[in-house]
Amino acid sequence: MSEELMPDKNGRFGIYGGRYVAETLVPALEELSEQYELIKKDDKFLKEFKADLKDYVGRPSPLYFAKRWTELLGGAKIYLKREDLNHTGAHKINNTVGQILLAKHMGKKRIIAETGAGQHGVATASVAARHGLECIVFMGEEDIQRQSLNVFRIKLLGAKVVGVNSGTSTLKDAMNEAMRDWVTNVDDTYYIIGSVAGPHPYPQIVRDFNAVVGEEVLEQSKAVIGKDPDMLVACVGGGSNAMGLFYPFIEKKNVRLVGVEAGGLGLSTGKHAAPLNDGKEGVLHGMRTYLMQDDAGQVIETHSVSAGLDYPGVGPEHAWLKDIGRAEYESADDEEALDAFKELTRVEGIMPALETAHGIAYVKKIAPTMSEDQSIVVNVSGRGDKDINTVASIEGIEL
Amino acid sequence: MTSKIKEVFSNIKAENRKALITYIVSGDPDTETTIEIMNSMVQQGTDIIELGIPFSDPMAEGISIQKGHERALEKGASLSGAFELLKKFRVNDEKTPIVFMGYMNTFESLGANKFMQEAVKASLDGILIVDMPPEESSNFSIEAEKVGVDIIRLIAPTTSSSRAKKICSQCSGYVYYISVKGITGASNINAEEVKARVSELRSHTDLPIAIGFGIKDSSSASSVKDVADGVVVGSVFVDLIGEGGNIIEKVESKTKELSEVLS
Repeated sequence: MSEELMPDKNGRFGIYGGRYVAETLVPALEELSEQYELIKKDDKFLKEFKADLKDYVGRPSPLYFAKRWTELLGGAKIYLKREDLNHTGAHKINNTVGQILLAKHMGKKRIIAETGAGQHGVATASVAARHGLECIVFMGEEDIQRQSLNVFRIKLLGAKVVGVNSGTSTLKDAMNEAMRDWVTNVDDTYYIIGSVAGPHPYPQIVRDFNAVVGEEVLEQSKAVIGKDPDMLVACVGGGSNAMGLFYPFIEKKNVRLVGVEAGGLGLSTGKHAAPLNDGKEGVLHGMRTYLMQDDAGQVIETHSVSAGLDYPGVGPEHAWLKDIGRAEYESADDEEALDAFKELTRVEGIMPALETAHGIAYVKKIAPTMSEDQSIVVNVSGRGDKDINTVASIEGIEL
Repeated sequence: MTSKIKEVFSNIKAENRKALITYIVSGDPDTETTIEIMNSMVQQGTDIIELGIPFSDPMAEGISIQKGHERALEKGASLSGAFELLKKFRVNDEKTPIVFMGYMNTFESLGANKFMQEAVKASLDGILIVDMPPEESSNFSIEAEKVGVDIIRLIAPTTSSSRAKKICSQCSGYVYYISVKGITGASNINAEEVKARVSELRSHTDLPIAIGFGIKDSSSASSVKDVADGVVVGSVFVDLIGEGGNIIEKVESKTKELSEVLS
């Protein structure tokens, strides 16, 4: 089956994806699928979505040639897709702008979301404010500590932040809690999932709303590079920024697609968040995918310096792309990400999010091995302002 | 082989009462106590026990049962452990139907085939995998049918009539009707709504219908007993176990109370 037709009618990407949820949610997901299939072909919706991407988000985001960084690394030319310049500071807004229109179309009055680093929480709270809808954001207590700036932003935007104490108190537990809220308030509530994860049709919806990133790169490459890039690089937690960049290029087999997972303290230590590199097939959050789990099927604690990548699963389409060999999945550890964060900041004056820095770290490794007439596009999925406290505390500096 | 679950329901019908189905988490607070609790429950009138298989991410559970899962996991509980536990329980009780209730990922850690081999050895009667709707259940359905393990399925207030019919046709043992939109331990049960829905389900199936998710005390149990063939009570027991103290005594008196309401 052509990747363009994925997911299939059962919401599967190969064996991955699907809809592994308690019965209460199955009818809600069926309704969401039906409504999404209708709306995505609706001219009025598409016009509104495009207008919001332009005037509210500030698209298109530039494709920027990182000249000094390219010279420093000495190899392939490096181009940055500047999603960090979007309104609210990351690619996450693309998806929320689309899903809130879908929520309104479905007549829902109440918006819920989970968030890890807080970027999806901020993006959801922003569009909810703009449309005057009630918004509740679930966030693990540990993430609330390490992303306090975003917590305050979400509150300023008028949304309520609900701290989640169960399990590991991070993104996966926030998602469990959001699901529990949704199942309880399913009649009037729309759940805006922030990654290409969860039960069908979320992986498809979130991919489609983020695909604008790759579509722009496809166009911009012609003018900026003069040809297709040789390689696309993006960090992968749940995988929404990577999927958005990769999707329009999947049929272009001349372009290598590389996702970079969080290597944490190193793959060999087991303390990481790299299920595609070191996990195995399982079912969590309504989807079949690669999971970090033990032999008894318990999901294990993940570790990453970046809250947004600290997730034991990954979007099912990435699992599929890995298995069919269309995309490659590498990892960068905490230290490499921090070095990359600093290097891009000093050399280009662009401070990437710690999530993004994992992609940057891989480029640091691979670019020097490529030739000068080759080119890499790396998705700068978000900006690093939110991570300043984390970086400072690692360096022992109190702000 | 006749299903023990079927037999129990037909006996209960003959006695003109309703089935009391109780839920606890396997290994909460530890294996030995779980077995003791199961024995006491049976003595005080429990007809079927649903044994929760602890999972790190029990998405459909309210806070009470989540905590039960966490306590059990801290003690190293697992699916394999639940089979060992059941084998020990079976030494003294061959009759009481036991259902494993849990989540796909732990069940799949054994695989459907191996799971059913273990199920036969431990004389397990049914499975209820919360996040396994009929569309996602082929392996477990096929293997369960081969060995005569019942597959209990959930029907929710949001389930359409046509979908309910389809689910009933792929269900065995009993149909589990979720009485509220929500998670386990929710408290907003509407007896009238439940009544209407259950009578509709009767037109789809001859299987017994049990009601759960919102039944936490004698009064909520009694509010639905006339329409159902059984009620499932879980959170209240898991809370008692969490409280500590003389767990067995507390569980016995709660079981007795509920069992009397249903007779």
